[in-house]
Amino acid sequence: MDDLLWAYQSLFYSLGTNAILALSMFSVLQLGQLSLGQAAFMGIGAYAGSLLTLKLGLPFPLVLVAAAAVPALAALVVGGPTLRLSGVHLAIATIGLGEVLRVLYINTDWVGGALGLSGIPRRTGGSTIFGLLAVLLVGFVLATRSKIGRACEAIREDEDAARVMGIDVTAYKMTALVVSAGLAGLAGALNAHFTSFISPGEYGFETAVSILSYAILGGVATPVGPVVGAFVLTLLPEVLRPLHDFRMVFNGLIIVLVVIFLPKGVLGFRARRTG
Amino acid sequence: MLLQQIFNALVLGSVYALFALGFTLTFGVLKVINLLYGFYFAAGAFGALVAVQGLGLGLWPAAALGVVVAGLAAVVCDSLVLTPLRRAHAPELSSLIVTLGGVLLMNSLMQMAFGAEVRRFPVSLLGQEPMRLGPLVVAPLQVVIVATALVLVAALFLVIERTRLGAAIRAIAERPDTAALMGVDVTRVVTLVSFVSAALAGAAGILIGLNFNAVHPYMGEPMMLRGFAVIIIGGLGDIRGALVAGLGLGFLEVMTAGYVSSNLKEAVAFSALILALWLRPSGLFARASGRRA
Repeated sequence: MDDLLWAYQSLFYSLGTNAILALSMFSVLQLGQLSLGQAAFMGIGAYAGSLLTLKLGLPFPLVLVAAAAVPALAALVVGGPTLRLSGVHLAIATIGLGEVLRVLYINTDWVGGALGLSGIPRRTGGSTIFGLLAVLLVGFVLATRSKIGRACEAIREDEDAARVMGIDVTAYKMTALVVSAGLAGLAGALNAHFTSFISPGEYGFETAVSILSYAILGGVATPVGPVVGAFVLTLLPEVLRPLHDFRMVFNGLIIVLVVIFLPKGVLGFRARRTG
Repeated sequence: MLLQQIFNALVLGSVYALFALGFTLTFGVLKVINLLYGFYFAAGAFGALVAVQGLGLGLWPAAALGVVVAGLAAVVCDSLVLTPLRRAHAPELSSLIVTLGGVLLMNSLMQMAFGAEVRRFPVSLLGQEPMRLGPLVVAPLQVVIVATALVLVAALFLVIERTRLGAAIRAIAERPDTAALMGVDVTRVVTLVSFVSAALAGAAGILIGLNFNAVHPYMGEPMMLRGFAVIIIGGLGDIRGALVAGLGLGFLEVMTAGYVSSNLKEAVAFSALILALWLRPSGLFARASGRRA
């Protein structure tokens, strides 16, 4: 019975962390940039956060700040050169990050090697996760409805035109990338502090594509979309048990179908502002 | 020792070049970063494996079958997902995203069909004892790999530089609308290009599968990263650049594994890619003028 409760509790928590991951993807997608490093950034945050808790015993709020800052720095190193290039380049630069880090984690003993890190104290609960999610969501909604949101939309529709209008495209892209990686790291640290165990294999290509599928399903018209997408795609395999084994097939299929049948619905449309 | 490493690097590098060549060709003509390319790589290897194990074919007929399987898979995938997007004039990012979903879908399906474990070609297929050429130890298979890769690369160059079809391909890469006005059957050429480039990926998959004697559904993923590194270092759509960068990457990987640490081998392609993006984002042989996507 405890196991059952625990299983549902962790499902409930992962709804929140997956929604934060979906928002992290939204942050770059709304500019027409695609990052495939979200899982890797999540992993950096999870490892950085867990190590700070386990080895230094830092207070949790500080751990969260660090877990957001470290992947943001990594994002600048990896994604920095692509800020002046097209959105495709960011995808190319980040696609390999997860795999490289996996090999690095496995071969570094003081981060637990192939076994990963276990015994991470549980420091987070529903109120922390969903409180943070609510604050972030409100922040994103306010931002998209402000001058920032209009600038992002302009960049997504036509980068050159946006630049001519006086929008500092590179600064916007850099901010979006830093926010995106920071949020992914935050979600990773939150996740690690309720599962109490992390391993090198969790932050690979499939996780990256799953995070993308949340945002694609929800659409980027409003930040609410990706959050709903994350809820649906996290719950669906649990509600429909047979789907569980085909989770990856399903996530892949969702992406293909949404992009083909709603091609403008995914990236190219003019965002309707939600009321 | 060094000579041996250089030879091993040549084997690996020529396969990388072969893989990246098809990849960069698709990009040059279709203007799409096609992540399904990693799936075609694995599809070729599985096609050949099934032909050997299931149908009892020899090495060459099985390889030919694998190559055709990869090519046909690309034609089908293209017509199902990429052609509709092209017709709708969807943004560049949409086609990247759709192939991303596609590769996750296909790899998972392949895993369901064949299982996740590593499968191997029968040892009898892989040929005789290694030969000694002075200080070098050379497996006959390695010679076959290098020769096959070089012949395919040379054939591709000849087709692109010397034939009418090649001229049509170059015209489409330059400007598809104008090419159509000049009487090029764009649909036919585009289909042909996606068949040929996936066939090259399939061939690379078979050669890598034979070289390490390991075939599994996710073998395309690490290869995609190398493919990306090669086409960025060589310049997107630049065939000559892909050749040089492919050989160079094979060399760097083998030298890193041999003289630094075999664990770091996996990080070579990624580091080279990031370095290239910082230093020469338009590729090694970038022309000074002209805007590239």
